[in-house]
Amino acid sequence: MHELGIVFYIIRDAKQAALENGVEHIDTVVMNIGEVSTVVPEYLCDCWRWAADKEPMLKGCELKINPIPAVSWCDACKSEYATVPHGKKCPNCGSGATWLLRGNEVEIKEIEIKE
Amino acid sequence: MEKVKVIEIKKSVFAENDKDADALRSELKGRGVYLLNLMSSPGSGKTTTLIKTINLIKDKIRVAVMEADIDSDVDAIKIKEATGIQSIQLHTGGMCHLDAEMTRQGLDNVALEGIDLVILENVGNLVCPAEFDTGAVRNAMILSVPEGHDKPLKYPLMFSVCDLVLVNKTDVLPYFDFDMDKCREYVAMRNPEARVIPICAKTGEGVGQFADWLLAEVNNWKNK
Repeated sequence: MHELGIVFYIIRDAKQAALENGVEHIDTVVMNIGEVSTVVPEYLCDCWRWAADKEPMLKGCELKINPIPAVSWCDACKSEYATVPHGKKCPNCGSGATWLLRGNEVEIKEIEIKE
Repeated sequence: MEKVKVIEIKKSVFAENDKDADALRSELKGRGVYLLNLMSSPGSGKTTTLIKTINLIKDKIRVAVMEADIDSDVDAIKIKEATGIQSIQLHTGGMCHLDAEMTRQGLDNVALEGIDLVILENVGNLVCPAEFDTGAVRNAMILSVPEGHDKPLKYPLMFSVCDLVLVNKTDVLPYFDFDMDKCREYVAMRNPEARVIPICAKTGEGVGQFADWLLAEVNNWKNK
């Protein structure tokens, strides 16, 4: 259950962004969540509801998840492939010289404020 | 229709913690203190391993331990009684991991004067602690034989952030289908640089190698 810890980080950063922009209440926080980030979106949203409602600036604020599919790059055959079904091993040439291009994101994409 | 103002942020939630961790690391470097972040699942034998190891090195370097748990102080007391070194307990207040700020707060309660090595025993968990940089110089983890050799496949992030993997409880190898070669292979898949040392905290087998690794690391950190 690291989702709650992550929620506290989101709250801190969202509040910081609101203060910097002179905003009093945030209505939506949009997250980029990578497929292999180890964050479970359902748990994140449950924890969010519990924690965000305790913050006046975030009371009722919705957490939207923008999922990012995981994609790896193979250095040997210079190709991209879907990480989840194949892991570290390139399905095109069998090489293990691969690394994650995207899919590890746990980031705040944007915040939305109703005017 | 209601107008919605969108403020783009595009910032990792770990960015602040990474910054705090880097700051803590350079501060510790300045004070000549080496911080090791030791992780594992619950029941892998962290505390027993630490006791054996500390007793091998405590005459050569000065060691302190910070025990992080969600609750209780049994581990900190056990370490203090068995080794005589400074050992403090951190409570994470229900959180499943320590971040750099919590580590700093813990270090504020350690008398660091003259201390060469601080070992942070992180919360027993293979997922969350791997995501948060504590500010440690190195990450090490203990995997015990009963947990199985396929753990590196199941917890990829943990194994990719660890510089050292101790495979504990080798005395029970005959009773489990644990394949040490496979384990090394899987660890290498996650992190080709990681070193694997099989140990048995109960009998002391292999603990000397871990102790030597620690002494070399601390020496290197102080003189580089």
